[in-house]
Amino acid sequence: MSLSTHEINKLMQLIGLTKDDEIDCEQCLSLVAEFAERELAGKSIPDGLKAVAHHLTLCAECHEEYQALQRVLKDLKE
Amino acid sequence: MSRNNETWLMHLGKGHPDQQAALSALRAELLRSLRRAFWKWGLVDEAFLEDAVQDGLVRILDRLQQFEGRSRFLTWATAIAIRVAMTELRRRRWQDVSLDTLSEDPHFAQAWASDEEIGPAVQWEQQAILDTLHDVMQNELTDKQRTALVAELKGMPQEEIARHIGSNRNAVYKLTHDARKRLKRGLEAAGYVAADIHAAFVE
Ligand SMILES: [Zn+2]
Repeated sequence: MSLSTHEINKLMQLIGLTKDDEIDCEQCLSLVAEFAERELAGKSIPDGLKAVAHHLTLCAECHEEYQALQRVLKDLKE
Repeated sequence: MSRNNETWLMHLGKGHPDQQAALSALRAELLRSLRRAFWKWGLVDEAFLEDAVQDGLVRILDRLQQFEGRSRFLTWATAIAIRVAMTELRRRRWQDVSLDTLSEDPHFAQAWASDEEIGPAVQWEQQAILDTLHDVMQNELTDKQRTALVAELKGMPQEEIARHIGSNRNAVYKLTHDARKRLKRGLEAAGYVAADIHAAFVE
């Protein structure tokens, strides 16, 4: 099996984004509601929530769930 | 009746006289939210959503103590219900895909043999980085780390990787995080920092 060009690029991107300290999916879930509300309201993201933004760039599943949550919040706002 | 964070928590608590009413109200709110979250997908029916809400409710009640009031209660609860629903959806989509085909030795050499848009200098630099990466993957990663990372690159959701290796999503994230850290260190030890990698691999 070989990795496709796309998969290799994805791996390189992930390596480039890797930090020693990252939150995991459970920690992301416990913080994502506050993060989503702040993002939607255009409020600044405090340092404690920046790890959420970083996790969302690395984790496809949390990102997919975050997008679904955003859809719900946007609809409620309209 | 509209509830704020405090009254949601109070009414959902065990033995509160409004508990049943609060549960019904929360169930209705979550169903509305999941319909909004999933309507574009067109793949989920009402029965799927009702099951997801039911499972989500159990999860929410389990971790009620963990709600710190940092968002609206309903936003927090919706995030949990979405995770439950997405997890089930991914399980259905991936249930017939095996890990075996994903876990063999990845080799990179001919990956872009036909890619003519990349000049020879960049190609040479890419190949040098890839050779190093390949060595680090083979020598520094555990079998589990390599399997999980490759499966993730192939698009397999973490819950599904977890199911195959007898683990859970959170542990899989930690596994691939450790793998990425080792790969990064291995590349750095060979003299490749993030900027080199970025320059050689821009999509
Ligand atoms: Zn995650």
